[in-house]
Amino acid sequence: MPTEPADGVPSAAGHDHVADLRGVHYSVDGKPVLIGLDIGICRGAITAIMGPSGTGKTTLLRLITGQVLADAGEVIVDGRDVARLGRRDLYALRRRMGMLFQNGALMTDIDVFENVAFPLREHTRLPERLVRSIVLTKLHAVGLRGAARLMPQQLSGGMARRVALARAIVMDPEILIYDEPFAGLDPISMGVVMRLIRSLNDALGISSIVVTHDVREISQIADQSYILSGGRVVASGSPKELHDHPSPIVKQFMEGQADGPVPFHYPAPDYREQLIGEERRA
Amino acid sequence: MRAVVGEVVESLSASLERVGALARFLGRLLWLSPGGFLRVRLLVEQVYNAGARSLVIIMTCGLFVGMVMGLQGYDLLQRIGSEDSLGVGAALALLRELGPVVTALLFAGRAGTALASEIGLMRATDQLAAMDIMAVDPMKRIVLPRFLGGVLAMPLLTAVFITISIFGVQLIGVQFFGVDQGQFWSQMRGAVELSDIREGLVKGLVFGIACSLIAVFEGYNSLPTAEGVGQATTRTVVISAVTTLILDYILTALMI
Amino acid sequence: MRPSRAIDISTGLFVLLGLVSIAFLVTQITSKEVGFHSDAYRLKAQFENVGGLKPGAPVTMSGVTIGRVERIRYDMSLFKAIVTLRIDEEYNQIPNDSDASILTSGLLGGQYVGISPGGSEQVFKNGDRIEFVQDAIVLESLISKFLFSQAEKTPASQAPAAAPAPAPATQE
Repeated sequence: MPTEPADGVPSAAGHDHVADLRGVHYSVDGKPVLIGLDIGICRGAITAIMGPSGTGKTTLLRLITGQVLADAGEVIVDGRDVARLGRRDLYALRRRMGMLFQNGALMTDIDVFENVAFPLREHTRLPERLVRSIVLTKLHAVGLRGAARLMPQQLSGGMARRVALARAIVMDPEILIYDEPFAGLDPISMGVVMRLIRSLNDALGISSIVVTHDVREISQIADQSYILSGGRVVASGSPKELHDHPSPIVKQFMEGQADGPVPFHYPAPDYREQLIGEERRA
Repeated sequence: MRAVVGEVVESLSASLERVGALARFLGRLLWLSPGGFLRVRLLVEQVYNAGARSLVIIMTCGLFVGMVMGLQGYDLLQRIGSEDSLGVGAALALLRELGPVVTALLFAGRAGTALASEIGLMRATDQLAAMDIMAVDPMKRIVLPRFLGGVLAMPLLTAVFITISIFGVQLIGVQFFGVDQGQFWSQMRGAVELSDIREGLVKGLVFGIACSLIAVFEGYNSLPTAEGVGQATTRTVVISAVTTLILDYILTALMI
Repeated sequence: MRPSRAIDISTGLFVLLGLVSIAFLVTQITSKEVGFHSDAYRLKAQFENVGGLKPGAPVTMSGVTIGRVERIRYDMSLFKAIVTLRIDEEYNQIPNDSDASILTSGLLGGQYVGISPGGSEQVFKNGDRIEFVQDAIVLESLISKFLFSQAEKTPASQAPAAAPAPAPATQE
C-alpha cells in the first residue's frame, strides 16, 4: 500500500508503473491548469482520477495520449517519453491504448458492427470471417451482441457508451482510458458500466485509468485514486484511505458538501453593499 | 483612432494567419493525394456525395440559365439584326465564364456546405479526436477523400451545366423564337474552339480545388460546438464565392 | 451491402454523364477540324505586307477552308514576310500557278488567306513557294490612292480619262 506524505504524493516504490507523470506543468492562455503533477499509474490496476469540475482531468488524459504536450515535466508511457515521439511512433503507441469518450464518439454514418470493426479494418488486414468473430466477441463482452446492426442514433446513451467500449477493446489494448464513463447514466447503466470496467480490467489484464467525479461509483471498483484540485494532487490512496482522509478539501469532495474549501459563492462584492448601495444610487 | 487602427491590424493579421493555415492545409492534402486515390471505396462515396447528389440542382439551374440567356440574348441581338449569332454568343459566354462560375457557386452552396457541416459535426462530437486516438489519421480517412471527391466532381458538373444550358438556349432561341437552327449551330461551330472548352474545364477544376479546400478546411477547423458548425457552413459559402470570383478574374486574365 | 452498390452505380452514371457532356461539347460545338492532325503538306508565300494575318487563320479556296496559316516569319535578307501555309492532304491538286491573297472576312473581320486557282497542269508539292501573291489591303494606302486618282481627274490635265491608269492588264 503506498504511504502518503502530507502533500499527497505516493511513493512509487515497488510498483510496476505503466504510465508516469513527473513534475508536469500545463497552462492555457497563461492560466495554469496543471501544476507540478506527479502521478503513477500501476499496471494491471484501476486508477481513478477525481476532482471538482475544471481541474484539468481531461487535460491529463490528453497528456497521456499525446494529444497535447506538457509545458514542463515528463509524461512517460510504457517507458517512452510521449513528448519525444514522432507521429508514427505516437500512433504505434496509441494502437496499444483504448479510450472511451464521454459521449461515445461513435461514427454516425455506420452501424454498430462497423463502428467496432473500424480499428480492425484500418490497422489490420484480417480476413472478414476473423473480423466478424472478433467484433461479435467484443460486443458480447459488453452485452450488446444483438445490437450489431443498429445505427448509433438508435442507441440509448448507456448503450452507445458500451459500444464505444467494445470498440476501445477490439484491438486488445494494454491501457484503457475512460473519460467520465458514468456521466448522465441511469443507475442500472451505471452498474453495468462499473461491472464492465472491473471485469475487463481483470479478464484482459489491462491497466485502466478512469477520470470521473462520481465518487460513490468509482470507489467501489478503483484500486488506487488521485484527487486533484487547483491543478495539483491533494490526496491519493485506496478508496478507503481517501474516505478517512483528514484534509478538508478531500472530505468536502468525497462527501459532496456544498460549501467548504471549494466555496459555494462565486467571488462577489459585499451582499448588503451591493443591494442597498444600488438602491441609494437609483 | 488608435483603437480602430489596432482593430484593423488585428483583423488583417488574423486573416493572414488564416490564409497561411489554409495554404499549409492544402499542402498537406496535396502531399497525401496519391495515397488518397488508392482508397477507391471512400473516393467513390465522396464523388457520389459531392457530384451525383448535386446533379439535380446543377441540371435545373443549367436549364434555366440557358433559357434566360436565350431570352435576353435573342432580345438583344434581334435589335441589331444578328439573332443568328445567338448560338455563338451563348456558347462562348457559357463555356468561358457563366458555366464554371455559376457551377462553382452552386457547388459551394450544396456540396460545400454538406462537406463543411459533416466534418464540423464530427469535430463537435469528438469523432475526429476518437479517430486520432485510435491511431487513424482523420486527415487521411475523412478529409482527403472528401477533398478529392469535390475536385473530381467539379469539372464534370461544369461540363454538364454548360451542355444543359446550351440546350436551354436552343430551346428558347430556336424552338420558341424561331432562330434558324442551322445558323444557330453552324455559327457556333465556326467560332468556338477547343481552347474555349479547355478554358472552361480548367476553370472548373481550379474552382473545384478552391471550393472543396475551403469547405473541408472550415469544417475541420470549426469550433467543436453547435454554433461552430453553423458558422463553418456560412463561412464556407461566403469565402468560396469570393474566392471563386477572384480566381475567375486571375484565370481569365491568364488564359485570354 | 446494398446501399453501397447503389452508390457505385449512381457515381458511375454521374461520371459517365460528365464525360458524355465533355465529349458533346468537344465534338458538337467546335468546328470539326479536330482531326487536323491528319496529314498535311506545306506551302510558303512571300508578302510585302501581311496586315493583321495571324497564325491559325484559315486558308480557303472558294470560301472552303482547306488549311491553316502555320507560321509567319520575317526574312532579313529578302525583306519580306514569309508565311507558311499548312494545307490538308486532301487538297493536293492545286495548280502551281495559283495565287494567294490576304483577304478580310466581312467588313471588319479577321484576315485569312484565299487561294485562287490558276490554269497550270502541274500541282503544288510539299515545300513549294506560291509565286503570285496579293498583299493585305491597308486602308490608308487605299484612301490615298483614291484621293490621288481623284486629284488626277481635275482640269489640270485635259488628257482623256484613259490616261491615269492603264486598263489593268492581267497582272499575272
